[in-house]
Amino acid sequence: MVDVVLQQQGLPGVRRTGKRASLRNALKRKSTVAFLMTLPLILLIAVLVIYPAFYAIHLATLNKAMTKFVGFGNFQFLFKRNTFWMVVEQSCIFAITAVIFKALIGFIVAHFAHNIPSRKQRKWRGMLLVPWVIPPAMSTLAWLWLFDPSYSAFNYTLGFFGIGPISWLGEAGWARFSVILVNVWYGAPFFMIMYLASLKSVPEQLYEAAAIDGANWWQRIWYVSLPMMRNIIAITTLFSLIVTFANFDIVRILTAGGPIDQTHLFATWAFKVGIEGSDIPLGASVSLFMAPILAVAAFFILRDVSKRGNEA
Amino acid sequence: MSTLAIDKAGPRRNVKYGSMSRDRIWALRWSYFFLSLFAIIALLPPIYMLITSLKSSAEISAATNPWWVYHPTLSNYIELLTSNQFLRFFWNSAMISVFVVAVTMLISVPAAFALARMKFWGSATLATGVFLTYLIPDSLLFIPLFKMFVMFGDWTGIQLINRWYVLLFIYPTLTVPFCTWIMIGYFASIPKELDEAAIIDGASWFQTLTRIFIPVALPGLIAATIFAFTVSWAQFLYPLVFTTSNDQLVLPVGIITTLIKGDVFNWGQIMTGALLGAAPPLIIYAFLMDYYIAGLTAGATKG
Repeated sequence: MVDVVLQQQGLPGVRRTGKRASLRNALKRKSTVAFLMTLPLILLIAVLVIYPAFYAIHLATLNKAMTKFVGFGNFQFLFKRNTFWMVVEQSCIFAITAVIFKALIGFIVAHFAHNIPSRKQRKWRGMLLVPWVIPPAMSTLAWLWLFDPSYSAFNYTLGFFGIGPISWLGEAGWARFSVILVNVWYGAPFFMIMYLASLKSVPEQLYEAAAIDGANWWQRIWYVSLPMMRNIIAITTLFSLIVTFANFDIVRILTAGGPIDQTHLFATWAFKVGIEGSDIPLGASVSLFMAPILAVAAFFILRDVSKRGNEA
Repeated sequence: MSTLAIDKAGPRRNVKYGSMSRDRIWALRWSYFFLSLFAIIALLPPIYMLITSLKSSAEISAATNPWWVYHPTLSNYIELLTSNQFLRFFWNSAMISVFVVAVTMLISVPAAFALARMKFWGSATLATGVFLTYLIPDSLLFIPLFKMFVMFGDWTGIQLINRWYVLLFIYPTLTVPFCTWIMIGYFASIPKELDEAAIIDGASWFQTLTRIFIPVALPGLIAATIFAFTVSWAQFLYPLVFTTSNDQLVLPVGIITTLIKGDVFNWGQIMTGALLGAAPPLIIYAFLMDYYIAGLTAGATKG
C-alpha cells in the first residue's frame, strides 16, 4: 500500500504505465496465484480424505495380519455372519426411522414457531435449538443417566403412573427405541431451523390467496407450504440420512452396540471390529458399506448442482 | 376458516364476524402450548445434567426424587476443577480447537477466495468436489486414517498415534471443506465492482483478499470460525481412535474413559463434566446465536 501511495503522489505518467503493467501481470499470474491459494486445500483433501477413502478399499481386501491379498474374502466372511445382517438391518431401521421422525417433528415445530409473532420467535428458537448445540457425546451422557436402570429418572416418573420399570437399554427393542429417540432429540432442531427459514421465504400472498379460496389449514400446508418447501425438505432429508447412517457417538455411548450387538450401526461395529478387535481389514470392509448411500447422495447433489448451473 | 367458505356461497357476510381473529388466538395458544412442550423435551437433558451435578454422591445413591436437589452442593464442580486430569482434558480440547480453527481459516479462506473469484482451470469442479468431500463421514475414514498414521510412524519414526497433536492433522478434514464452501458463498455474494476497483487501484490479489474480502465477509468468517470451533470441540470418534493415554485425551473422551471406572458410574461428576464440556459451545451460541445458525445451516448439512 505504501508504494502505491508514493507512486500516486509522484510521477503521474509513470504511474499509469506501471499500473497497467502490474494489472496485466496480475492477470497473467492469476491462475498461478489461484492455484497456489487452493493448494493447501487440495493437498489436505487428497491426502487425508480421498486417499484414505481408497485406501479403505485396499485394506478391505487384505487378511487380518495385512500380509496377504484375499480379494473379497472379508466380504464373504461378513455375508456369512448373522451379526453383519443384524447391523445392516439395524442401520437401516435406525437411519430411516430417525430421519422420518426428525423431519416430521421439525416440520410440526417449525409451523408452530412460524405461527407466533416474530418478536418472540427468537427466544423460542433459541431454546428449541439447544439439543443441537450441545456436543452429542455430552448430551448422550445425560440420556444415559436418564435411562439408568436402577436410578432412572424416567422409570421414577413412570412409576407414578403405575408403569413398571422399563429396562431402557437392556432389552433389544427398548434399546433400539432409545438410540432412535436420542438421535431424534438431537437432530430434530436442525430440521426445525431449516424448515422455519424456508417457511419464512414463502410469500404471505400465497396463503392469503389460499384462504380466500377457502382452503383449510391442512390444505394450506399440503398445497402451499409443502410444494414451496420441496427443495429444502429434499436436501435436508438427504443430508440427514447420510449423517444419521454414519452416526457413531450416540450408539457408542448409550449402548456400545449391546445388548448382544442388537443396536450396532456400521460405524460402531466397524470400531468394535477394526479398532477394539484390531482386525483393521474387516473393520474397513464394514465401514465401506456406508459408501453406497454416499454415492446416491452424491448423485442427487451433482444433479442439483448441474441443474442450478443450467438455470443461471 | 369455515366462515370464508360460507362467504363464497352467499351474501351472509357478517354472520360470524370476528371468528377469524378468534381462530387466530386459538391457533396462537395451541402454538405456545406445543412449543412449550417441545422446549421442555429439548431442555430436559441439560437441565437434568445441572440437577445431578448439584447433588452429592450420597444423595444420588439414596435414590430420592431425581428431579429435585434436596442438599445442593458444589463439591462436584470443585473436585473436577481442581483435578489436574480434568483440567488437562479441558486444556487439550481448548488448544486443539483453537489450533484447528486457525489452520482451517488459513487453508479455507484463501482457497474460497480463489474458487469464488479467480476462475481457473477446474475451479468449478473443485468447488463441487470440496462440498462432496464434506459428505464423507468420519466413521468411514477413521480406520484407514488410523492405519495410515501407524504406517507413517513405522516409516519415519515420528510417532503420531496417541499424541494429542495428531488431531490437528485430522480435524481439518472435518472443518475445511465446509468452511471453504460457506466462504465461497459469502465471497461470491460480494459485488464484483469492489475487487475490480481494488485491482485498478493497484492492489494485489492478496491485498484484495485481506483489505476488501475479509472485512466485507466478516459475518461469514465469524460463522465459519464458530463452525470449526464447535466441530473440533464436539468431535468424539477421532480422539477415541487416536488417543489413549490419559494425558493426551480431549474432554468428551476423557470424561467417558476416566470417570466411568468399570461398572462404577460417578454420576454427579460425569454430569458436571458433561455440563462443563457443553458450556463453551452453549456460551458461544448464547451470545452469537445468529452467526451460529447462519454458519451451521449455510450448507444444510448437519443433524
